[in-house]
Amino acid sequence: MKNEVISNSVRFVALLLLQVLLLNNIALFGYIVPFLYVIYILRFPVSGNRTVLLLSSFLLGLLVDVFSNTGGVHAVASVCMAYSRPFFLKTSFGISYEYNVVKIIEMPLGGIITYVLGAVLVHHSVLFCLEIFSTDHLLLILKSTLFSVGFSSLLILISFILLGSKKR
Amino acid sequence: MQQLINFFIRKRHFLLFCLLVLLGLYFTFQSRSYHSGKYLSAANGLSGTLLSWTSGIGEYFDLKAQNELLQQENSQLREAVGNVDSVYRRQAMRSSLFADVDFIPAKVIDNNYSRTKNYLTLKGGERDGVQSGMGVVSPNGILGIIDKTSEGYATVLSILNTQSSINAKLTKSNHFGTLQWDTRDPNVVQLIDVQRLAPLAIGDSIVTGGRSTIFPAGIPIGSIESYELDQSGNYYVVQIRLFNDMTSLGPAYVIRIADAPEIQELEASIPDEE
Repeated sequence: MKNEVISNSVRFVALLLLQVLLLNNIALFGYIVPFLYVIYILRFPVSGNRTVLLLSSFLLGLLVDVFSNTGGVHAVASVCMAYSRPFFLKTSFGISYEYNVVKIIEMPLGGIITYVLGAVLVHHSVLFCLEIFSTDHLLLILKSTLFSVGFSSLLILISFILLGSKKR
Repeated sequence: MQQLINFFIRKRHFLLFCLLVLLGLYFTFQSRSYHSGKYLSAANGLSGTLLSWTSGIGEYFDLKAQNELLQQENSQLREAVGNVDSVYRRQAMRSSLFADVDFIPAKVIDNNYSRTKNYLTLKGGERDGVQSGMGVVSPNGILGIIDKTSEGYATVLSILNTQSSINAKLTKSNHFGTLQWDTRDPNVVQLIDVQRLAPLAIGDSIVTGGRSTIFPAGIPIGSIESYELDQSGNYYVVQIRLFNDMTSLGPAYVIRIADAPEIQELEASIPDEE
């Protein structure tokens, strides 16, 4: 249990720094920014305290906001993602996921893909809707969301596969 | 009451979720108004420090591009300074003998000072109005005389050339002499043929004489470092420390005297008595 708290905290800080110092400066084709800090939410222990997850997700998002001058959009998106996480866990790993899943990255790849894509889609949809916040730019919202979901998910899955491979 | 508390406990995650979303939305919309709080922007202490620290690291990656940019800017600024300077100088020169003196901005792109016959290369040639025989000055003093020109470049017979001899005078007494170089020190030249009667003092400044059609009178050259009588005992040889650092040159101006061809023509028409 203590081990989990430490590894979560480390992940929190490391992903925050990775996001604000490195990834925020990446803009593929000018507008596709990968948001990998959501890995923190994805990999939060399944049996962990939901309240802690909600609060820490909010804080993580808010810190990303502070560094990228976006007010609170990442905070809202992260909280939405954290709140909807059980739903995606259920659809990806089955009703009894709480007993089956010990570590998410050690689950079968198909389940992981569904889980990551769904959760990232929620996060990015909320993010871009709030960030652009205008019905005039529906197409832009859709385009940004789709491309960024693809890019972020791809990177997240690669990281999961790489980290999970040594235990498989 | 019990039911209400149970409801809150049961729905605590949902309530927390709503609360956090509302808080996040509040921050979002607050940041979009003009009078937003400063705490949640990248301008605050912690994130500002971190970001400037990382941009400090990032700066190393495009040092080359930045250098090129700075160089470009520098040359533009230098040009601007040159223009201002030449305007200023032109006004100062109005009172001199030559009514129309033009300063053409140029740049020293190659510089010799270790040989006995030194030449400089200027960026600035016929296209800019530079012609053979014109004087060249830097912001601090004279450099030499244009030797050969091409479309965009020109070579300069440096004052650090044993073939160079330029008319110069003492600022105080208007005694004339000829400027030459004994090849010993790139920052010290000699003024020879100065009348024995001339009052000399160490530190006095030397300027161009204005007896030629190359340099107008009064362009600074250097200051007297030491002086002694020559072998005949009738003339002084004066060691002059140049105001210019000849080993490090940048911007230069080519002097175009509008009346020079006319004067030269007139002088050439006088039959040589010898």
